[in-house]
Amino acid sequence: MRDVLHRFGPATGALVLGTVALWVILLVVLPQLFMIDMSLRPNLPPAARGGPDDVWSMSNYVTLFTNDLHRAIFWRTIVSAAAVTILALVVCYPVAYYLAQEVRGPTAAIFVLGLIIPFWVNEILRTFSWFLILSRNGLFNQVLMGLGITAEPLNLGGVGAVMLGMVYAYILFMVFPLYNAIESLDKNQIEAARDLGASWPRIHARVVIPHAKPGIAVGCIMTFMLAAGTVAVPQLMQALPGGTNARWFTQIIYSLFFDGGDWNAGSAYAFALLAACIVFIFVMMRLFKVGIADVAK
Amino acid sequence: MLAGKSVSLENVSMAFGDFVAVRDATLEIEAGEFFSFLGPSGCGKTTILRLISGFNEPTTGIVKIGGRVMAGIPANRRPTALIFQNLALFPLMKVWENVAFGLEARGVDKATRRKRAGELLELVALEGQGEKLVTQLSGGQRQRVAIARGLAVEPAVLLLDEPLSALDLKLRQKMRAELRSIQKETGVTFIYITHDQGEALTMSDRIAVMSQGRIEQVGSPDAIYRDPATAFVATFVGESNVFLGRIVEAANGVATIETRFGRLSGRNPEGLATGAEAQLVVRPERCRLATDQDPLNRLTGQSRRVDFEGSFINLVLELDDGREIVAQLTNHGEALHITPGEAVSIGFPTEAALLLEPGASTGA
Repeated sequence: MRDVLHRFGPATGALVLGTVALWVILLVVLPQLFMIDMSLRPNLPPAARGGPDDVWSMSNYVTLFTNDLHRAIFWRTIVSAAAVTILALVVCYPVAYYLAQEVRGPTAAIFVLGLIIPFWVNEILRTFSWFLILSRNGLFNQVLMGLGITAEPLNLGGVGAVMLGMVYAYILFMVFPLYNAIESLDKNQIEAARDLGASWPRIHARVVIPHAKPGIAVGCIMTFMLAAGTVAVPQLMQALPGGTNARWFTQIIYSLFFDGGDWNAGSAYAFALLAACIVFIFVMMRLFKVGIADVAK
Repeated sequence: MLAGKSVSLENVSMAFGDFVAVRDATLEIEAGEFFSFLGPSGCGKTTILRLISGFNEPTTGIVKIGGRVMAGIPANRRPTALIFQNLALFPLMKVWENVAFGLEARGVDKATRRKRAGELLELVALEGQGEKLVTQLSGGQRQRVAIARGLAVEPAVLLLDEPLSALDLKLRQKMRAELRSIQKETGVTFIYITHDQGEALTMSDRIAVMSQGRIEQVGSPDAIYRDPATAFVATFVGESNVFLGRIVEAANGVATIETRFGRLSGRNPEGLATGAEAQLVVRPERCRLATDQDPLNRLTGQSRRVDFEGSFINLVLELDDGREIVAQLTNHGEALHITPGEAVSIGFPTEAALLLEPGASTGA
């Protein structure tokens, strides 16, 4: 902060710092405080607001953990988002490694382009393409039937379909942090390990992955946050036959706000999800022994 | 136990697309030898190293280690260890883990790994540094960690790719002596890649001088310096004054060429015949100030510079065509009274000069 003041002089420095502070307070701190406040109040008709009943309590949070269905969906969302994260890591690591260490020049450019192009369309449209593939008359069912594996089209909806949609939707957020991290690894280190007789799994376990840890942490955090926080992907993928059991916690928050009109419970639920995500970030940082500065890079 | 093996290349060529990095290399490196490949960058020496270590397979030809053909055997299964130019130590591992990595890869248990790493660190004079991180060590110490790491897998051949190039001059000279003594102590065959003739000459038992993918000459440092086989070797290894001319007289292993500076004579080991184009090369330190009794091999030019180097003095003369030649005069203690622009004559004995076929790489 002193640095900024020193570099830009008192007037400009104060302006820069003031703008940032205003931005953070108005757009981040105040809305969150407002949400916490709301989450602690009961859901009252407009007339009763500010009255004797309008006092702070934990009742909205208690509801989340006493309502069996909501609680189950909350945990399932967390676990599924973690599973999406792991799946995305498994899918993206080889791609990122290949891109970062094996290919050079135009081939690499084509690969990167191939990864980016799908992201020129909206997340909902990307998810919709998987919806089409997995639908009753979709490509997947047609292939299965064409090969004679099944006579009738299968109902492919469910948690699996939601997770698949998410892995696809967030691949880039996993690939690029991994790519950046692996790309900065000196190729000689891999060759040195190989020359010393190490097998491929050992080279990755001992040389590549330790080096890529900050990238893995960043990719996992981003993917997890996106997966836990999305409404669009589960909403769409649930429309697949057999998909109704795959409700996401964000959808409950959505319906509390927009269908149920219970903003107070919605705020409490949203805040609980935010807290879970923050816990996840710290767990990842501890697990991969990276600091907040590495993650912010 | 550590022991060296021989390495042989039989008509080895390596092409990357249209670019031929190594052309028809054939040579035999003995077990326990300190052998250097010396040449300018891009001459193919690193490619040869990669062919021996197994990171690349030759386009044609055979690489043998200890008499065994290496075709199809990947880098991790060859009895070689490579010391990279930038060392490629693992920065996230402790020093001892770096040293023991090759043993880890071979499934050796931790207690044995630790013990062996300790022994190797002692060999390279780094005892007690095992728990440190590589980043906490100095350049010279890292160098030694890399060598210990290479030796840990008990290679028969240790390949070193200009590992001293990142060090400062003092440390480099110290490491030369250390490398040499580690090599003698272990008996492992060392194959050393360098563009630094000083390194090659001081450390090696034998040297292969390379240029443009070709091996120009193989021999002891002494032989290469004294009897360069080609004009390239004569100019690349050490300094040489080179004169182009046509042979006017050749007999008894000695020949004389006619140059624009007069007749110059030298040894003629290749037996070049009268009328042939030839290059005469002579080392600066074999030149001396000419006396009136020197009718032959006498060159006169204008003094350009007198560089005082301490134990010797470099006298730079400009000949009448603008070329500079150098005479390196031993400092006997008397002052040299030569002023710039003064006409000076230098001479050299016939046996100090060598006649070679003109090479494509050096013009006269």
